[in-house]
Amino acid sequence: MGVTVTVDDSTGGEGLLRAPLVIEYPFNRTTGPVVGAFVSALRDRRVLGIRAADGRVVCPPVEYDPQTGAPLEEMVEVAATGTVTTWSWVPEAREGQPLQTPHALALVQLDGADTSVLHVVDAPGPEALSTGARVRIRWAAEPTGAITDIECFELDGGAS
Amino acid sequence: MTVDPSEDRSVSVLPDDLWTQPTPSVPVDLGDEPVRRQVVPGSMRYDYTPGLASSRFLRGLAEKRILGERCPETGEVYVPPRGVSPVSGLPTTEQVEVGPSATITAFCVVHIGFGVNAPPTPFVSALFLPDGAAVSLYGTMGEIPYDEVRIGMRVEPVWVDDDQLTESMENIRYWRPIDEPDVPAEQLKGHM
Repeated sequence: MGVTVTVDDSTGGEGLLRAPLVIEYPFNRTTGPVVGAFVSALRDRRVLGIRAADGRVVCPPVEYDPQTGAPLEEMVEVAATGTVTTWSWVPEAREGQPLQTPHALALVQLDGADTSVLHVVDAPGPEALSTGARVRIRWAAEPTGAITDIECFELDGGAS
Repeated sequence: MTVDPSEDRSVSVLPDDLWTQPTPSVPVDLGDEPVRRQVVPGSMRYDYTPGLASSRFLRGLAEKRILGERCPETGEVYVPPRGVSPVSGLPTTEQVEVGPSATITAFCVVHIGFGVNAPPTPFVSALFLPDGAAVSLYGTMGEIPYDEVRIGMRVEPVWVDDDQLTESMENIRYWRPIDEPDVPAEQLKGHM
């Protein structure tokens, strides 16, 4: 049997160990036909939505109708410009975020779509942004067929 | 993080009619090779602290000692210690060195390994009950074919080299058999 000693916690926490702990998930996902078409089109700097049963255009596209669950089949192209429907300012970018400078997280309804895509907006500051602001896609220099082909949105009109 | 998509399994295909999905009509040319899969890494970064009790345990491991703590009511020794007895809820007040010899209380043959430190498959992961402890530590077996591992087998930890010791469970590289008779399973009752 082992040696017995008295537990001493009188350090008040000085004895506490700390260490970085990183949990990583290297997901390798199949896209399916709809999202596959969406990201493939991004490679050519084009954005696709899909027409829902009620005629609305859902972008980013989904495979099944949000109301009825029926499979959706008709993809439609939407514009690279849109309108901010809601947003939140991120004063300090964290590691892994799409932009490493202060930016907005925003829902952007692209022209021709009836739903919004969540993405980042590069703007000089929160005062430059408002709900209803017009934005356009800034494309990545070397598109690869991923959502990151949209580097970010920027204010339409050349403010940034 | 690095991910090699070529090492992944192929896209699964279901039998005909079990599930179908229409191919959507697309108004633009998607090129010869539409995207079919994507590597989408995600990670969460924590500043982790194990608490005072487990800090004591990890400091012990840095000296190749396995330190448990005793429940003041039942007298059982828990390892790794959490600072309170899981049975009585009372703070543990006495540190007790256990092991290093131990007994296998449960094991599993692993055929699909993952993680940066996973041994070559198949390998055996097991629960090791250190002598003097009431509960088992998790680890892997070495120096024995995977199909010769038994519940009740007597083992000892194999430590990393002294200059590699840190406050980490990884100080125990693996466990290996020792030349002692198996412990009958009925004696392990309550510790499985």
